[in-house]
Amino acid sequence: MSTTNSNADNHAEEHHGAPSGIMRWLLTTNHKDIGSLYLLFSLLMFFIGGAMAMVIRAELFQPGLQIVEPDFFNQMTTVHGLIMVFGAVMPAFVGLANWMVPMMIGAPDMALPRMNNWSFWILPFAFLILLMSLFMEGGGPNFGWTFYAPLSTTYSNDSTALFVFSVHIMGISSIMGAINVIVTIFNLRAPGMTFMKMPLFVWTWLITAFLLIAVMPVLAGAVTMVLTDKYFATSFFDAAGGGDPVMFQHIFWFFGHPEVYIMILPAFGIISQIVPTFSRKKLFGYSSMVYATASIALLSFLVWAHHMFTTGMPLAGELFFMYCTMLISVPTGVKIFNWVATMWRGSLTFEVPMMFSIAFIVLFTIGGFSGLMLAITPADFQYHDTYFVVAHFHYVLVTGAIFSIMAGAYYWLPKWTGNMFDEKLAKTHFWLSLVSVNVLFFPMHFVGLAGMPRRIPDYALQFADFNAVISIGGFAFGLSQLLFVAVVYKCIKGGEKATAQVWEGAEGLEWEVPSPAPYHTFETPPTIK
Amino acid sequence: MNNNEYEKYYVPAQSPWPIVGAVGLFCIAFGAGNYVNDIKNEVTGFGGYLLLAGMAIVIFMLVGWFRNVIDESMSGKYSKQLDRSFRQGMSWFIFSEVMFFGAFFGALLYARVFSVPWLGGASNNAMTHEVLWPAFEAIWPLTKTPSGVVTEAMGWNGLPLINTIILLISSITCHFAHVGLEQNKRKQLKWGLGLTVLLGCIFLFLQVEEYTHAYQEMGLMLSSGMYGNTFYLLTGFHGLHVTLGTIMLFIMFLRIVIKDHFTAENSFGFQAASWYWHFVDVVWVCLFIFVYII
Repeated sequence: MSTTNSNADNHAEEHHGAPSGIMRWLLTTNHKDIGSLYLLFSLLMFFIGGAMAMVIRAELFQPGLQIVEPDFFNQMTTVHGLIMVFGAVMPAFVGLANWMVPMMIGAPDMALPRMNNWSFWILPFAFLILLMSLFMEGGGPNFGWTFYAPLSTTYSNDSTALFVFSVHIMGISSIMGAINVIVTIFNLRAPGMTFMKMPLFVWTWLITAFLLIAVMPVLAGAVTMVLTDKYFATSFFDAAGGGDPVMFQHIFWFFGHPEVYIMILPAFGIISQIVPTFSRKKLFGYSSMVYATASIALLSFLVWAHHMFTTGMPLAGELFFMYCTMLISVPTGVKIFNWVATMWRGSLTFEVPMMFSIAFIVLFTIGGFSGLMLAITPADFQYHDTYFVVAHFHYVLVTGAIFSIMAGAYYWLPKWTGNMFDEKLAKTHFWLSLVSVNVLFFPMHFVGLAGMPRRIPDYALQFADFNAVISIGGFAFGLSQLLFVAVVYKCIKGGEKATAQVWEGAEGLEWEVPSPAPYHTFETPPTIK
Repeated sequence: MNNNEYEKYYVPAQSPWPIVGAVGLFCIAFGAGNYVNDIKNEVTGFGGYLLLAGMAIVIFMLVGWFRNVIDESMSGKYSKQLDRSFRQGMSWFIFSEVMFFGAFFGALLYARVFSVPWLGGASNNAMTHEVLWPAFEAIWPLTKTPSGVVTEAMGWNGLPLINTIILLISSITCHFAHVGLEQNKRKQLKWGLGLTVLLGCIFLFLQVEEYTHAYQEMGLMLSSGMYGNTFYLLTGFHGLHVTLGTIMLFIMFLRIVIKDHFTAENSFGFQAASWYWHFVDVVWVCLFIFVYII
């Protein structure tokens, strides 16, 4: 793949560089500015949500009620989940999409630049509302990030309304962001950039954007019904009026399951960019990767009730959802196989992005295997709502999604800033994260299998040692992330100048423009052969 | 395609409207969140005012934003490619709306197929029925809830049927206007569009009549159990969409009558509004079948 024209500055006379001051960021329509905003916002949220996780781990360091009230503990688990899902992981991927998708497909910007700004700037407000609700009389949302009825209706406090409306804004933001990505990819590809030439990050985001547009409105419907049930005397989730609390779970997980793929498909895309670069080989099985991604997305609509095996479903339903869930391991296996096959006999080097990617492949696979265990209905009756589930989804979300975001950030940071980052510090960050994250989450499998329930601030004495170890892992992981901030800060401030290609084996349009990438990249589309 | 043929893709410079809109949405959400609590706790607070202020800010933002877009469009800054972006964006937006209604249709079908029959003892729920509400009869429309709230079901003939016919005709007049635009018959365009807006207003008026009738004479309320819930949330959200669609079409009408905007080639704004209108129409047909008739 190569370009035929150099494009960086032939329109420089019309567009000046970046405007300065705070107004640049408030009023910007530039995909790179907005991408940076998304990424910085997500980093901030990562630390706020992380601080809440620290509160949780501090409370669980020893058995008995130690530091916080049970109700506050519940608020911490709830808001930690909401912030990490909607505030940290999703905006980080949208930020990466904003930065990279237009550059990867040779587009002048995102398709709808003003709407792009809007979809970012409503996010901080949404989280402002959510965080403010913690300080309300009666406390913040305490029903878990899944806000199951009747916890969120009959038994919830006054902050529920703020929770509902902040989720509405997050949804609006995600839908607008996704529309922008999907239209950009459909309509703004440079001539010659056919679908089957698109980098996999673009492919995975295209499919993710489709999932977002399909399921975020369903989440909006779910929170709306919670709102009317609580405040306007409807009984969607109340059997006394002919509704059903289990219906809440169906609607929520119809959103919720595609949502977990929304948080992992772009991760697959990032890994599929990085592994070939540092293996100095083309990605093995490009088209099978595309088809695997698409099949995961389609199957994601047919598996939601595996979150509800224990809440009451006809047997045929349990079987259907069990088999569909297990089917997902086939395309996922294809992906793992392809990454390993890409590395097979490649000229491997282990720069930081590659280290995170390899850690991703191994640790995400562990999360995948525990997912398979959970998919087995009868086994799930034992695992349901235990720390085994917590271990499972943190393996796929922290060592999966977050590690891929770290990998992506290290991979593209020189392209964004024009400087190489401090490799030594970054490697320290990697090793500390890798060790601590496993100290943090691996023992959770054991306490979970032994029956420790999740979302409870106290536990039986036999879990004490493991929980102390888990908490130490948690604090270490949390602190290690400060190194990431240090690396990013230093890299923005200066460092060894990066070349256009940055990494020896990197291929693709984004590596053909200078580093840092010019404020406006492709005002005239390059031609892809 | 070489560079000479390439129409430049218009990337607008900085715009103040998104951040204004973000502040507006914040006021709406924070205001509404406090307002519903004020109602529930029967106190007076700032919530309602903040909500209204937020709405005013968002309307201000929409007017300003659309004015910019219309100016840019009329001064010929938009390429064919950009026009496609708008069209695709609108199509995906309508798809997201379909999924939003899908959640409520899903709730309706779940109640009818599962939760209500189960409460009546269907499948393996004999004990549920026996222990919880043995007197409950599983019928749809659910005119008596398990806890004993009684209501009356809305018939499909009468107002709902008239409203269905009105909306169906409005879809035809809207299409008629579109054909007028394409064939450059401006008179047909104006009449068709004006009639569509009028029919939309009549529909909304009749819908208000129906709600009044339901509340005052039938005892069918939002709190009347699952039947009332799905009835009001589905028709209510549909009504909001009709309101929005009517406003959109009315603005297109004003643009055509006063400013003589839109040609057969440059007609995205009009088409977006008309797509939206047809979408709202299809939702109504589903509503009419699943909420009123069956």
